Amino acid sequence: MLINIAKPSDLTEADVTPESIYLSRRRFMGGVVGLGAGLALSNPTHANADYSDVPQGDSPAWLKEKISGTEWRAITPDDPDKDKIAPYDDASNYNNFYEFGTGKTDPARRAGSLRTEPWSVVIDGEVNNGGRFALEDIAKPSQFEERIYQLRCVEAWSMVIPWLGIPLADIIQRAEPTSKAKYVRFETLVDPEQMPGQRSSFSLIDWPYVEGLRLDEAMHPLTLLAMGMYGRELPNQNGAPLRLVVPWKYGFKSIKSIVRITLVEEQPVNSWQLIAPNEYGFYANVNPEVDHPRWSQATERRLPNSLFSPNTIDTLMFNGYADEVAELYAGLDLKANY
Amino acid sequence: MASPRIWLAWRLGVFFAALAPLLFWGWQVANHAAGPEPGRYLLLNLGIGALWLLLLTLSLTPLTKLTRWKGFTLIRRQLGLWTLAYATLHLLSYALFILGLNWALLGSELVKRPYIVVGMIALIGLIVLGATSNRWSMRRLGKRWKPLHKFAYVILGLVLLHFFWVVRADLSEWAAYAAVSALIMATRLPPVAHRLPKLRYRLSR
Repeated sequence: MLINIAKPSDLTEADVTPESIYLSRRRFMGGVVGLGAGLALSNPTHANADYSDVPQGDSPAWLKEKISGTEWRAITPDDPDKDKIAPYDDASNYNNFYEFGTGKTDPARRAGSLRTEPWSVVIDGEVNNGGRFALEDIAKPSQFEERIYQLRCVEAWSMVIPWLGIPLADIIQRAEPTSKAKYVRFETLVDPEQMPGQRSSFSLIDWPYVEGLRLDEAMHPLTLLAMGMYGRELPNQNGAPLRLVVPWKYGFKSIKSIVRITLVEEQPVNSWQLIAPNEYGFYANVNPEVDHPRWSQATERRLPNSLFSPNTIDTLMFNGYADEVAELYAGLDLKANY
Repeated sequence: MASPRIWLAWRLGVFFAALAPLLFWGWQVANHAAGPEPGRYLLLNLGIGALWLLLLTLSLTPLTKLTRWKGFTLIRRQLGLWTLAYATLHLLSYALFILGLNWALLGSELVKRPYIVVGMIALIGLIVLGATSNRWSMRRLGKRWKPLHKFAYVILGLVLLHFFWVVRADLSEWAAYAAVSALIMATRLPPVAHRLPKLRYRLSR
């Protein structure tokens, strides 16, 4: 059954106006900066120095330039002692990216075959300004921001990752959605030659990997299109060169290596929902009260951990971002819409 | 042809070969080479290791029929007990490293999650077989011992079901284990089982 809920985008085109969203984003960012992130902001070289032990990749000149102009520490955790940034080695060697295999270390071992340069993204569907865009042109008009987010995997582990990227709202605004646009659908690259996981004949995923957001979720200021992490470009195994980061949803919503962004009228069916609709829904909001049928979601293991301290912490509603996003779901039954 | 000392060496060799993975995984964890979640690393490796040992144990009877080599029979109990050891460590890693020894959670997970229930039944089965694998039990049970230990076939099925329910998106690894299991079980079908010694005769000529 498809439950239709009132969405801001159900209204007229005027209600999707970039302006109001843009303003609310600014308000939000202003608040964050006001919370004392100013210190780190005023000194990007200092912020950058945290990454001195992170191996530098081989990124194109335009990306290097964008990264050097980053607004460092634009969003940081409320409690930096609890939410410590995971070591780069862990964040880049413990991945779910089934295009490169189902083991946690498969992506790091095998994603070298992915060619991220040149890269283009098709933006189409219910937009006035669609087309195929080079990644550089998608990135150029926006300011890069560094955002330190908690990443909560549906498998009940989590890590804290410093992403670099631009708000998805910027891209959607530039594409000029029509009044029919209610959802955003994302697609990962399909190329079995570059992605060995797509060659498996026993895969339950019907490639391409597809994800979706409601338009208001996509326009939310927290929703990020990431092109880098740890002060560098994205490693292939983390979804290079362009991935989504939706911090209040389970990690699988944050689709990797995006080649297509489509504004649509109907709710898209995401890949995991297609495989196991009783386990994975469309919303996939982090919710400690709704268990995965095979394990509890009430707690999570914050990684890295060690053998005798599993580092189990309580999972927070909307992964700790309830203040920012709870209003998106006012009146929605989150148990039925998991 | 072989002296008791050589048989002892063979059994010791098998013992250390079965012990080696445990030492290797422990070494990896101690050297921070097991990734950011070492508990899960041990959990998964121990689970797959237990399945390997179960399959190896169950392949000894057809191998003996095929080769008549005494060595296979000599290590059957040992490999069976290794299977039990790995499976026990698998459960312990789950309780220790994943649930953090939260017994209340273990209790509720046991009831709520079918794949854990199935794994638990398989482990209880292995414990029963392990406890009755000594000579005293064999004498006590007499004719009933063999049918009891055929429960190992059921355990293999339960383990495969447990594994199947854990798979999220790609069945290839599971399918490979299921195919090997089917092959090993097929050698127990009477028509195949009768032909194995004949096959040996033909191969040796």
